Amino acid sequence: MNGILDVLIDIASTPAILVALIAVLGLVLQKKPISDIMRGGIKTFVGFLVVTSGANVIVASLEPFGEMFQQAFNVSGVVPNNEAIVALALEEFGTYTALIMLAGMFFNIVIARVTKFKYIYLTGHAMLYMACLIAVILTTTGMKGAVLVLVGGLALGIANAIFPAIAQPYTRMITKNDSVALGHTGNFGYAFSGFIGKLVGNKEKSTEDINFPKGLAFLRDSTVSITLTMSVVYVIVAIFAGGDYITANLSDGTNSIIFALQKAGTFAAGVFIILAGVRLILAEIVPAFKGISEKLVPNSIPALDCPIVFPYAPNAVLIGFFSSFLGGIFSLVIMALTGSVIILPGVVPHFFCGATSGVYGNATGGLRGAVIGSFLQGILISFMPIFLMPVMGNLGFAGSTFSDTDYGVVGIFMGSIANVGGQIAVISGIVAVLVVMILMTIFGKKTTNN
Amino acid sequence: MRIAAVCGSGLGSSFMVEMNIKTVLGELGINDVEVNHYDVGSAAPELADVFFVGGDLADSVQHLGNVVVLDSIIDMDELRDKVKKVAEENNLI
Repeated sequence: MNGILDVLIDIASTPAILVALIAVLGLVLQKKPISDIMRGGIKTFVGFLVVTSGANVIVASLEPFGEMFQQAFNVSGVVPNNEAIVALALEEFGTYTALIMLAGMFFNIVIARVTKFKYIYLTGHAMLYMACLIAVILTTTGMKGAVLVLVGGLALGIANAIFPAIAQPYTRMITKNDSVALGHTGNFGYAFSGFIGKLVGNKEKSTEDINFPKGLAFLRDSTVSITLTMSVVYVIVAIFAGGDYITANLSDGTNSIIFALQKAGTFAAGVFIILAGVRLILAEIVPAFKGISEKLVPNSIPALDCPIVFPYAPNAVLIGFFSSFLGGIFSLVIMALTGSVIILPGVVPHFFCGATSGVYGNATGGLRGAVIGSFLQGILISFMPIFLMPVMGNLGFAGSTFSDTDYGVVGIFMGSIANVGGQIAVISGIVAVLVVMILMTIFGKKTTNN
Repeated sequence: MRIAAVCGSGLGSSFMVEMNIKTVLGELGINDVEVNHYDVGSAAPELADVFFVGGDLADSVQHLGNVVVLDSIIDMDELRDKVKKVAEENNLI
């Protein structure tokens, strides 16, 4: 008897098998043929193992970087990259992440069904990464087992319904309708950029009226842009660390600049591998969730990934990226002057979050709104990790971190109330948010009836 | 035949377009088309016969050959028209 129980426990605590079972569950619920169920389960299983293999590649690139940075500037340098930190975290928190994601999808459907927050979050990777962050933070509070999964799932379900809602007034201005919402992990930053654009800008003077060089479009290829920016960063750090130090301690005699370039490329390679794995993990889970949610919540609004707004303002996309990146460099200077941990400008978050902020800033405040909105958003995503890392336990020292604003909002909210009142406070805080949402639903209905 | 949807990171929006293309193909009663999604960097001409992409990426994917540009990647009516056109060109309906 005990033997069988042990096997069952091993299955549940092997995250690769667990996510495969979630995919199989989704395929069975959609009544797919056996061959599809087999294929989907196997690909999800392998996908998870691909992600964790990518984590090792990322570590091989971040560890020497951390040492070089410490040697060069005597403070720690952190590269914000969601893929990197999630892959690292999944090795330890994979089981909780998978279960929180499953519970989060369930709570998202329930909340969309009973409250006025009708958003169904269909951006699978954002959901996976957010589940991972929540798993890390709740574990740091000492929570575990079924309680952690339920509390974490509820927190994820709430986040998935609220974040699209806060950006929706501006999303409507961009898409000109109310049938889709934005479901990306920078929604707080986009709403913030829209708000700033309204304050400072003039939406008549749109970014789309100016002639912006199209030759920069090749930066849209994330492997190219990651390798380019990381090469610059690694080489600068290597020069400051000193060639002698690197050849003696890190590169085994290889020229320090060549070593730096190789490690920068290794980082891009790691992200490439992780993305391939994430695609495999989500390939079956997201369509199943979409199908089930459409049946259970007929009037739901799908919350989709940020590039859905890019075609509305292609110039604002590039302008937002550059302004946000400048915000990141500006923040880096401030951090260097104040002697805090240094958050380097991560090209992926500045690209996707900066570009989207540009589109939102442009919708409310034209060119000036796009520039200032995304610049401030860039500062926001640079400083938020400094407050997020202390609540992430050991992972706060991993050399990489979450960066988009919504990770900051959720992580800092849960982490700081946990610091004040422990697990009970976290649970109360999450339930309080849910109560507010329910009250808003009841109150909202009353006003429409009047 | 094979259709691919392409976006910047190959995670979210191309996946959504892929699911929508499958829905449209289902409506048209076409089952023998394989649909996948890729990021701009990995998409290669031999991976599919037709590539669907949002207007903001049109300049980055011209090397792929047969590219269909979507003015809005959330507009199902536009997608339906364009998928239908591809299906007609390939004698699937």
